[in-house]
Amino acid sequence: MLGDEVEFTDDERDVDPDYLDFALNEWDTYATEEALRLVEAAGSGEVVVVSVGDEDAEDAMRRCLAMGADRGIRVEAEGRLDPIQVARALAEVVQSENADLVFAGVQSSDSVQAATGGALAGLLDMPSVAVVTKIELGDGKATVNRELEGGLVDVVEVDTPAVLTIQTGINEPRYATLRAIKQAEEKEIEVRPVGDLGEPASRIRKMFVPPKGEGAEMLNGGAAEVAQRIHEIVQEKLA
Amino acid sequence: MSVLIVAEHLRGQVRPITLELVSAAKELGEKTAVAVIAKDPASIADQVDVEGVNEIVSVKVEQEEFENDVHRQAVEQLISDRSPDVILVGFTVNGMGYAPALAAKLGIGFASDVFALRRDGDDLVAERSFYGSKVNAEIDFPGHDRVLLMIRPTSWQPAEGDGAAVQAKLEAGISGSRARHADFQEVASGGDVDITAADFLLSVGRGVGEKENLGQFEGLADKMGATLSVSRPLVDQGWMPNSRQVGQSGKTVKPKVYFALGISGAVQHLAGMKTSGTIIAVNTDPEAAIFNVAHYGAVADLFEIAEELEKLC
Ligand SMILES: Cc1cc2nc3c(=O)[nH]c(=O)nc-3n(C[C@H](O)[C@H](O)[C@H](O)COP(=O)(O)OP(=O)(O)OC[C@H]3O[C@@H](n4cnc5c(N)ncnc54)[C@H](O)[C@@H]3O)c2cc1C
Ligand SMILES: Nc1ncnc2c1ncn2[C@@H]1O[C@H](COP(=O)(O)O)[C@@H](O)[C@H]1O
Repeated sequence: MLGDEVEFTDDERDVDPDYLDFALNEWDTYATEEALRLVEAAGSGEVVVVSVGDEDAEDAMRRCLAMGADRGIRVEAEGRLDPIQVARALAEVVQSENADLVFAGVQSSDSVQAATGGALAGLLDMPSVAVVTKIELGDGKATVNRELEGGLVDVVEVDTPAVLTIQTGINEPRYATLRAIKQAEEKEIEVRPVGDLGEPASRIRKMFVPPKGEGAEMLNGGAAEVAQRIHEIVQEKLA
Repeated sequence: MSVLIVAEHLRGQVRPITLELVSAAKELGEKTAVAVIAKDPASIADQVDVEGVNEIVSVKVEQEEFENDVHRQAVEQLISDRSPDVILVGFTVNGMGYAPALAAKLGIGFASDVFALRRDGDDLVAERSFYGSKVNAEIDFPGHDRVLLMIRPTSWQPAEGDGAAVQAKLEAGISGSRARHADFQEVASGGDVDITAADFLLSVGRGVGEKENLGQFEGLADKMGATLSVSRPLVDQGWMPNSRQVGQSGKTVKPKVYFALGISGAVQHLAGMKTSGTIIAVNTDPEAAIFNVAHYGAVADLFEIAEELEKLC
C-alpha cells in the first residue's frame, strides 16, 4: 500500500520501497477464509499459504496462519516480478503440494493485474474460473458462481483440481484472536529458493504521479466553510 | 502491426468493450481483425462490422455462452493461424478467465488494465497504474514480438460507422471444456430504491469506518434530499444491500450530482459513476484517485463535513 506521499527510485522505474506499507491483500483475506471453511466442512485437510517474495511478505503470511492456515511456503524472490513470473514460481509449489484446489485473489489492490491466478492455471493446464463468489464442492467437480459485470451471476460447473480466483464478499473473514496471532508465530514458513522465472512479460520504463489534468477544483478552508460551499454547489446543480 | 481483437458477447449481444478495443487498435494497427467465437457467429459478426475493422474471423463452437477453456483453445489457434503482433482483450471478468492463462502458456508479452497505448518507433508502449491509481507506469515489452494486452473498459470511445470487413472462418478443434456454463442468475432486484433513477446520490465508502456510523449518513442524505448509495466493501460486509452498490459489479449511475464521501476512487468504482453530471468528493487523502474525476474536491474528514452539512439543511 502506498500512503499519502510517494518518492520514486533513482531509475524512476518503481516506487521507493520506504514509502510502502505491507498488509495482507483484501482479496487474499477472503481466499484464506474460503479455504479454511472448505477444509473445516470436509473435516480433514490442510490449508497451505504460499507467497513469492522477500521477508517482507511474511507478515501477511502470518496473518493467514493466524486465521487458521496450517503452514506457509515462501519462495525467495526479490524485486518486482510480473504476474506470469510469479505464476511460474507458484507453479512449482502447486505441483509439489498436489493441491486439490488452488485459490488466488481476483486481484492485488496494489497492482490490479487480475492475472496471477489465471496465469498459474495456464502454466499447469488446470481448469480455472475467475471472480468466484460461491463454491459448492462435489465429487471431482465444484459448482461455483462467477460474478460478471453488473452483478450477473454465471453458474459454472468446474472439474477439480482447479484454480479459482476469489472475489471479496464471498464470505465473512474471521478475525484472528490475539492468542491465534501468538500461535501463528510458531507455525512453519518453509523458505524455498526460486527456480527459473523466465523472461519478464513486460518492463516498466518509468513510473510517475499522474498529471492532475483539469482535476477537481479544491474547496479549502475549515469544515464549516467547505460544507457551505458543497451545499451551494448541490443547490445550484440540482436547480 | 497487425492486431487481433477478441470479441466479447453475452446472450447474443456484443458487449461495448469490443467496439472500444477497435478504437484502441486504431492507435497501433495497420490491420485489425476481430475474432468472433460463438455458437452463432454470424449475428455477432454483424454487430462488430464497424469502421476500422479489416477482417472478421468467425470461429464456430458448440457453447452458447463464454467458457474459459473454449476461449483458451480458440484464441490459441487463432494466434497460431494469424500470427498477430498484438492481441487485444477486454479487462473484463471473461478476459480475466482466459487471457492471462494463454499469455503465460505461450510466454508472450503481457499487461493488464491498460488504458493508453502508443507506438514509439518499433516499440509498443502501454500505460497502466499501480497503488490505487496513485502512480502511473509506462511499460514496454523488450524481447517480445507478440504481446497480449487487456484493455480497461471505457478508456476508448466505442468505434462506430459502417464497416466493410472481409469475412473469414477458422475451424477450431476444441477438445473439451472443464469449466462449463450451467445457468445465469439475475441480480436480486430487491432493495427499496433504484439508485439509477436518482438525481442526487450521496455515496459513502469504507472511509465511514463502522456500520454504526452509516445511520448518520442515511440521516444526512434524507435531509439533503439525496439517495444513499455505497461502494462495494460496504455491501461485501453486509452493511447495505447490493441494490445500493455503485460500480462495475453494481449499478452504473449518472445523477446530476454524485457526492462521494470516503471513497478512494478504485477503477471499478469509477466505471459506475464517472459520467455523473457533477462529482463532489471528500477524502482525507489528498492523493486519492477520486479527485482525478471529481469536479469539486475537499481534503477533509467526512464526519466533520457531515456535521456541518446537517446544520445547513
Ligand atoms: C471484479 C471487481 C469488481 C468490482 N466492482 C466494484 C463495484 O462495483 N463498486 C465498487 O465500489 N468497487 C468494486 N470493486 C472493488 C474496488 O476495487 C475497490 O476495492 C473498492 O471500490 C474500494 O472501496 P472504497 O473506496 O470505499 O474503499 P477504500 O479503497 O478502502 O477507500 C476508502 C477511502 O476513504 C478515505 N477515508 C478514510 N477515512 C476517512 C475519513 N474519516 N474522512 C474522509 N475520507 C476517509 C481513505 O483515504 C480512502 O481513500 C470491484 C473489484 C473487482 C476486482
Ligand atoms: N508474489 C505473490 N505471491 C503469491 N501470490 C501472489 C503474488 N502476487 C499475486 N499473488 C496472488 O494473485 C492474486 C492476484 O494478484 P494480481 O494478479 O497481481 O492482481 C493475489 O490476490 C494473490 O492471491
